[in-house]
Amino acid sequence: MVKINGEEENVGGMTVEAYITSKGYDRTRIAVEINMDILPKCEYGSRILKDGDMVEVVSFVGGG
Amino acid sequence: MIAKEELDRAFDSRFSKEMQEKLRNARVAVAGLGGLGSNIAVALARSGVGHMLLVDFDRVDTTNLNRQAYGISQLGKPKTQAILEVLAEINPYLDIRCSLTKVTEKNAIELFKEYPIVCEAFDKADQKAMLINTLLEKTSNTIIVSGNGMAGVGSCNDIKTVHKLGRLYICGDEKTDIEEGVGLMAPRVMVTAGHQANQVIRLILGLE
Repeated sequence: MVKINGEEENVGGMTVEAYITSKGYDRTRIAVEINMDILPKCEYGSRILKDGDMVEVVSFVGGG
Repeated sequence: MIAKEELDRAFDSRFSKEMQEKLRNARVAVAGLGGLGSNIAVALARSGVGHMLLVDFDRVDTTNLNRQAYGISQLGKPKTQAILEVLAEINPYLDIRCSLTKVTEKNAIELFKEYPIVCEAFDKADQKAMLINTLLEKTSNTIIVSGNGMAGVGSCNDIKTVHKLGRLYICGDEKTDIEEGVGLMAPRVMVTAGHQANQVIRLILGLE
């Protein structure tokens, strides 16, 4: 299981890119941290989620 | 003009000298001088934050007056110039630098390198994400305090400060989006700016 934003999800083996697409995130409006390190945008397609990973996806909205 | 010493003395003496010294020596950048950034800059100046870099590429227009710290006489001026005028009325002895620049992935690191705390105060979601990703990827120490979600007239109690990622604090309700047709009004924007400024002060003072 992968812990994403505090919830256990059975998504081990998926790339970050596939995960965020499946959840409907807009990749231009998010930041992703895995195991306390920011994940560079260029690694979304190659980073495979593994059991035990702790992931935070922060999604931004407009207004300021 | 009022003397620097007199202004220093006027600082609420119930806060310790040590605390005032930390604020006076602090270096904080504000990226974007709209509703969030102009109000953050005002709060930090009133709190005695000694060194600030304020960045924006835009000019004051009439649609800003509902929530930004500018006045009628400043319409048409670059926001960098307008904010300097506002802050000069609060404390003319602060070291405030301005940059009339559009922040990009390419210039962000150079622009903010001397400022360990950066307030993200843009209005567009993709610009917020760009700045935060760039600073988290390419710096090792910079801490970001971001405003995220403050449109509409929902309860101000939904606006919170959350330590979201290792070096990222988020202030806002994280939901209401201007692109869903909800406008911005002064109260929730100012509450969010207040959260951001308070978190900056906490970080300067060594609190979490």
